[in-house]
Amino acid sequence: MAVTEQPRKGRAEASHTFRALLVELPIYGLLVVAYFFLVLHFLTDWLGDLHAKHTTLYSLVSIGLVIGQAVVLEWVTTLLLRLFRGRSE
Amino acid sequence: MHFPISGADISPIYLVVVGFLIGVMGGFFGVGGSFIAGPALRAAGLDWNFAVGTDLAHIVGKSVVAAKRHRALGNVDLRLGLIMALGTIGGAEVGAQLIEFLKHSGNVNSVVSIVSIAIYVSISTFMIWESWKTLRLQRRKAAGMKVPGARSSREDESSFQVVTQSIQKFRLAPMISLPASGVKSISIWIIVLVSFIGGLFSGFLGGGAGYIRMPMLVYVVGIPTHLAVGTDLFEIIISASYGTFSHAIKGNVDIMIALVMNTGAAIGAQIGAIATQYFAGPKIRLAFVPLPLVGAAIVIYTMTTGHKL
Repeated sequence: MAVTEQPRKGRAEASHTFRALLVELPIYGLLVVAYFFLVLHFLTDWLGDLHAKHTTLYSLVSIGLVIGQAVVLEWVTTLLLRLFRGRSE
Repeated sequence: MHFPISGADISPIYLVVVGFLIGVMGGFFGVGGSFIAGPALRAAGLDWNFAVGTDLAHIVGKSVVAAKRHRALGNVDLRLGLIMALGTIGGAEVGAQLIEFLKHSGNVNSVVSIVSIAIYVSISTFMIWESWKTLRLQRRKAAGMKVPGARSSREDESSFQVVTQSIQKFRLAPMISLPASGVKSISIWIIVLVSFIGGLFSGFLGGGAGYIRMPMLVYVVGIPTHLAVGTDLFEIIISASYGTFSHAIKGNVDIMIALVMNTGAAIGAQIGAIATQYFAGPKIRLAFVPLPLVGAAIVIYTMTTGHKL
């Protein structure tokens, strides 16, 4: 009994995760599109200017931006995964 | 979408998809994914120096996400990661200087292409041989002592273990222990050498060089594959940040491209990290094999046809 229960439980968990991802991806996609237009659009000129005139500052800002964005996106994806995984169970 | 820093026109969807795929692979294999990202950026129209620098910047972000998830799963040896960062930074600087030299001599694209093909093919060949041999050995052993459902540490053994053990016998002071990785005593110089080589490839070919560091952590330092994946990612954050800074100063980073790629990588990295829980060490290593070959194939395609995807 225990032997058949285990794979069944694993399959159910995988199915929940898959469904959660299907719901999460479009929401995440919308957030990313909004992010493109609101943030990246306004940063382009400023970063181009920095790259041309202040390379050291550009280097530091680049690392700050990429880490900052990663932390925020990690927080958003974890939240979404938790939210939808929780709801599907 | 136009990226004024590098002067390239690349579809943001292409960048997000590439970022997502690399994120999944990075979270699963503990690699930066430069063997895919570098050629993919090159194929999209970036010069190698921009592809290498931008790829490093993208890897910083992706590794933050994946390492955080691996830390939660207990797959990160912080002590080992911090020691490795020292050697990696030295190696990354030497690699970046080599790129700079080639850029000035005007043959950066051809030299980096040829070196990358040679490295990618060598890694894949070695790993397919080792993983296949280990899995065959395990199957033979399992025939004698089968434990249904159990996942023992035995599953992460390597047929290269004899060589690993002789490397660990090299006793040049200072010696350290890595309790989190199960290594009782190892010369710090072995770790520094492994990380220096990783850093050199990182600065020269781009990325975090996880494609060479992850196998070296398993085969040379002798730590379990799951820990190698997590620790490598943690170390990549430090080394790739340094590499990004170094390349950005030299004008080789288009941070806008990296930021766009990271939006896809953030979700992919989490999926990849979670997936490692369901696979044993040799299977992860065997699944790793096609990845550098895909990178090599993209470089060969771009070199021979001159066509940019």
